[in-house]
Parts: sequence; structure tokens; C-alpha cells
Amino acid sequence: MQNFIDAYSWINIRYLLQGLWITVEVSVASIIFSYIIGTILGVIRYSEIKYVSAVVGFVIDLIRNLPLLLIIFFTYFGLPNLGFKPAIIEAAILAMTVFESMMIAEIVRSGIVAIDPGQMEGAKSNGITYWQALRIILLPQAMKNMIPALVSQFISLVKDTSLATIIVLPEMMYHAQIIYGQNSNYIIPMFIALAVLYFVVCYALSLLSRYLERRLA
Amino acid sequence: MIHIFATQWPSLLYGLGQTLLCSIIALFFSLIIGSLFAIFEIMPNKAMRIIGNVYVEVFRNIPLLVITMFFFVVLPLYVVKVNGFTAGTIGLTIYTSAFIAETVRAGIQSVDEGQMEGAQSNGLSFWQSMRYIILPQAFKIVIPPLGNQFINLVKNSSVLAFVAGFDLMYEGNMVANDTLQTMSTFFAVGVLYLIITMPLSYYMRHLEKKLA
Repeated sequence: MQNFIDAYSWINIRYLLQGLWITVEVSVASIIFSYIIGTILGVIRYSEIKYVSAVVGFVIDLIRNLPLLLIIFFTYFGLPNLGFKPAIIEAAILAMTVFESMMIAEIVRSGIVAIDPGQMEGAKSNGITYWQALRIILLPQAMKNMIPALVSQFISLVKDTSLATIIVLPEMMYHAQIIYGQNSNYIIPMFIALAVLYFVVCYALSLLSRYLERRLA
Repeated sequence: MIHIFATQWPSLLYGLGQTLLCSIIALFFSLIIGSLFAIFEIMPNKAMRIIGNVYVEVFRNIPLLVITMFFFVVLPLYVVKVNGFTAGTIGLTIYTSAFIAETVRAGIQSVDEGQMEGAQSNGLSFWQSMRYIILPQAFKIVIPPLGNQFINLVKNSSVLAFVAGFDLMYEGNMVANDTLQTMSTFFAVGVLYLIITMPLSYYMRHLEKKLA
């Protein structure tokens, strides 16, 4: 019991929370970037532009099927070989954005595919162009249906930021490792704290998704 | 990249083998555990339902790395000495089983309720009707999502690199450190991962279309 009281001193908790803040920063930045890029790529893949869609689709499949850890290695250890050396946090955000954009592109594409084709036909017969119809009519409807899939993707993004420990991103997992590295009595308390903190963030996101689903449905 | 393959293939292939081995072991056990908790989640008994729900929600919302590191650090300290491969596989199994439980639960719930009623009115117990009537039908529906879970499992198995599990990612990192040719090594590692995941993912998409 004493271990727990010692482990949860304010200094340690504050240190963990500083890590959580980095986790949140990286997650929010990656969510924003990958949402924008993913939507664009998803629409391109859906819209069957000659050659372009096929190439984009292949790249999406390629990156989706690689482990995120490999992409993190690529950005942090590989890119300097090509003459571009990102800072740790930039490399983390870059890797997460590249990987998650592809995941989101796939969600967006299947979201648009699931919309009744009559919508597009109706829009076109009312004189709206293809791209206008996509933007004004199809995407808003698709977004509504995509919320659960999108949010669960964001949840796995938040969890996956922990992988950036390997490039020494000072996020929560890394800070916890430093704390329990100093005193082995703190191992179990630290893992419990980690589990609780990650759970709170991720579960809050999934509750948000359920709320949005109910509001918009 | 070809140079890396030509000179470093023994360690890369060994890593690929370890990755596949741990993915298959983890898939096997997480299928069993996942199905069990999926059944818990839909049992008439409320206490069981809560156990099932808590298990799924807890392990779906904690990062795989935290679970894996927990087993890697805590098991040797308090229980039994394990190597990185074992700890990693245990972590992967538990993490994946929560996702598989969700998939299987959705599959079971998509089987018509009349099947369960019919089975029970013919004198089968809950577990018997699950075993002989519901699960065989549900598994047919959940094969594509389970395939996608397996793809995720192969990708997630790269977490073994954190715990010295000698998987493909770990070996790749070693080779990169030895040869200092990071870019081409990681390309080679990527190609090896894609050899497993890419065909599977196209096959699963094909199956999904066929079933839909």
C-alpha cells in the first residue's frame, strides 16, 4: 500500500500528466491533419479519376498494410538519410498523420460508397456538377454515418501515440518508464496509472462518439 | 534494398518467421478468449454480461504497448521468468481478444433470434445451442472482419520490437543499426510485411464483396 502512496506523489503524477499533454498534443495535431488529408484522399479514390484514383488507391492499401511502428522508424531514422531531419515530435506527428490519413481515406471512401446512388443521380439531374454534388450532398451524409468508424480510428490513434516512445517522444508511456525505472516498487502503480489515464481519454472519446451518433442520427 | 536482402536475409527471414509464429499463436488464443467473452456479453445472466463488457471496454481502450510492457516487466518480477517473445504474445493475445470479442458478438447478434429459441425449445441448453447452432452460423459472417483482425495482429506484432521479441521489426532495426542503411533496410522490412498483409487484405475485401 505504501508503494502506491509513494508512487502517486504529486511530482510523479505531474510528470505523467506532462506526458499525457504531449500525447494529447500529438494526437490532436495528427487527428486534424489526417482528417483533412484522409478526406481528400478518400474522395479521390472514390471518384475514379483516370489513373490518379488507381495510384492513390494502391498507395493507400500499401501504407495501411504496414505497421505504424515501421512508419515511425521511417520518418525518424530513414528520412535523415534523404537529407531531411525532423525533430522528434515532428517525426511522430508526421508518421501518425501519414498512417492515419490512409486509414481515414478508406473510411471516407466506404462511407461515400454506402450512400444511395440515387442521391448523386438526383443531384446531377438538378444541374449540380459532380464535384459540387460530392461536396454538398454526398460528403455531409457520409460523414454522419462515418462517425463511429472515425472515432474508433481516433481512439486507436491516441493509443498508438505510445509507440512513439521508441523514438524517445516524451509522452506518457515514456515518462512512466522513467519513473518505474528509478524504483521497481513503482512498476505496478505506474502501469495502473497508465491504464487508467489512457482508458479515461479513450473511453471519453467513445462516449462522445455515441453521443454524436444519437444527436445526428 | 536488394543488397540488404542479399546480405541480411537470414536475420530478416528469422524475424518474419517469429512475426508469423507469434501472430498465429496470438490469433488462436484470442479467438478462444474472444469468443468466450463475446458469449459472456450476450448471456442472460447480468453479472456475466458485466464481466464481458468490462473486459472488452478495458482492453480496447488501453494501448497494446502498455499491456505488453506490463507482462514484460511485471511477470518476471513477481511471477515467472518470461522472454520477450512470450510476454509480447500474451499482450497481443489479450489486446486482440477484446477486439475479436466485439466482432464475434456482432456476428452472434446478427444470427436470427429464432435460432436460439428454436434450439432451446428442442431441449438444447444455452451452451449447447451456442456451440452447435449459433456459433457455426456466426463464424461464417465474421470471417472477413476476423481476417482484418489477423492483418492488424500481424501489424501489431511489431510491438515485440519493444520487448526484444526478435520479430521482423526488431531484426530490421538490428540490421539497420549494423549496416547503417536505414532507408533500404526499412524498405526491405516493409516489403516483407506487405507480403503477408497485402494479399490477405485483398482476399478479405473479395470475401466481403461476395458475402454482401
